[in-house]
Amino acid sequence: MTQKIRVLVAKPGLDGHDRGAKVVASALRDAGMEVVYTGLRQTPEMIVEAAIQEDVDVVALSILSGAHMTIMPRVLELIRENDADHMLLTGGGIIPKSDMAKLEDLGVGKLFGPGTSTRDIIAYIQNEVTERRKLVDD
Amino acid sequence: MSTSLIERFQNGNRLALARVITLLENDATRRESLLSTLYPLSGQARRIGFTGPPGAGKSTLIDRIVRVFRLQNQTVGVVAVDPTSPFTGGALLGDRVRMQSSWDDPDVFTRSMADRTSTSGLSAATPDVITALDAYGKQVVIVETVGVGQSTLDIAEITDTTVVVLTPESGDSIQAMKAGLMEIADILVVNKDDRDGAGTFSADLRMVLEMRQNMGDWLPPVVRTSAQNGSGIDDLHARILEHQTHMNTSGQLEIRRLRQGRAAVTRAIDERVTNILSGVHEFESIMGALSKRVAGRDLTPMAAADIVLSKVGL
Ligand SMILES: Nc1nc2c(ncn2[C@@H]2O[C@H](COP(=O)(O)OP(=O)(O)OP(=O)(O)O)[C@@H](O)[C@H]2O)c(=O)[nH]1
Ligand SMILES: [Mg+2]
Repeated sequence: MTQKIRVLVAKPGLDGHDRGAKVVASALRDAGMEVVYTGLRQTPEMIVEAAIQEDVDVVALSILSGAHMTIMPRVLELIRENDADHMLLTGGGIIPKSDMAKLEDLGVGKLFGPGTSTRDIIAYIQNEVTERRKLVDD
Repeated sequence: MSTSLIERFQNGNRLALARVITLLENDATRRESLLSTLYPLSGQARRIGFTGPPGAGKSTLIDRIVRVFRLQNQTVGVVAVDPTSPFTGGALLGDRVRMQSSWDDPDVFTRSMADRTSTSGLSAATPDVITALDAYGKQVVIVETVGVGQSTLDIAEITDTTVVVLTPESGDSIQAMKAGLMEIADILVVNKDDRDGAGTFSADLRMVLEMRQNMGDWLPPVVRTSAQNGSGIDDLHARILEHQTHMNTSGQLEIRRLRQGRAAVTRAIDERVTNILSGVHEFESIMGALSKRVAGRDLTPMAAADIVLSKVGL
């Protein structure tokens, strides 16, 4: 079956605006994906619960607050607790290279810095989802 | 494989429910066998549809009404449909933004879906998703259609109570009539009651409704709500229950369910015929050649259809 890629886009944290998240959401939509957009001020618990109900392939977070070292690992932990390991956790924001490496070691997917072309994000998601779907069996 | 998914589904595992919905939407083969399991388990839920123009407040209103149903200890499933882009096939599903207050309630399950460019404001798989939520044991299933305001007639084919949501900005009652919204409404809501003009608009709608002929014995109430500040929500909930009681006691529910059954069979026949035809040898090139002749006014579309149908002995 050729199933549409489903992505949840959310903006965790209490700060600021969701412009970045909206740009990514519409770019993914334009690439033919079905994007569930949940908006601002999402806690890791809210994000993972929505991701489960929506059965998404990808959780994409936009983090500007600098809270990535607490939010990303927590979301990953919840994904694992819920037996939803097939989901790819990715995202972007102002994240230092060294933190990116630490998060990737934990099992978070590739993270994208400011100014990344949405084309790169799209290509990454498409490849990664294709690979992961080969492993899922229900 | 399949059995364990269904077992988990029947044990109330929400990941299994989420995956079943995905399969119903995407996997034609699995869908058939899943539905044969789900169908006999369904039919118990109250099915309520919310439709109306874009931005009228359908999602915000559903978020509120869900909490009222939860206070009555009813478990709830919500399906929210948003449009697929006809150009890219992608979709931005944004209804969840306004439906967050029950996010940590294990008895509320919300699913967004794209209409996959169907014109009805619903996706072809929406009825199946309702069946899944119903079979899962949700006592109330709420459907939000795409905010089209036109050709939403299908909603009545899958729900028992149709709530049409308008706002004082929706224009005059003539527009609502033109869009066919008055005919399909079991309940009319004038939302954004916190804004000017709600009173006049409601009175207008009420007058139009009262003038209608062949109404049967249910006069659709006009309910004023503000999904923003919560006013009118209990009234809306009471009207929904009233309508459902009316449907039950008047025998209307049976008639409507029968109509829904018929619509479902018709859809299945359409699907089967389309499938059979697309299996015809050289289908695409035959279609190409016929389309060319039709475009050149050399053949009518009906004559072309007969040629295609004759290939499968129809
Ligand atoms: N003032 C006011 N604003 C409201 C009310 N209800 C909803 N809104 C706002 O209206 C906008 C649209 O609300 P939604 O609930 O998303 O409307 P919808 O009908 O679901 O929209 P679509 O799904 O896009 O068709 C949001 O900004 C809401 O906050 C209300 O009662 N009063
Ligand atoms: Mg909505």
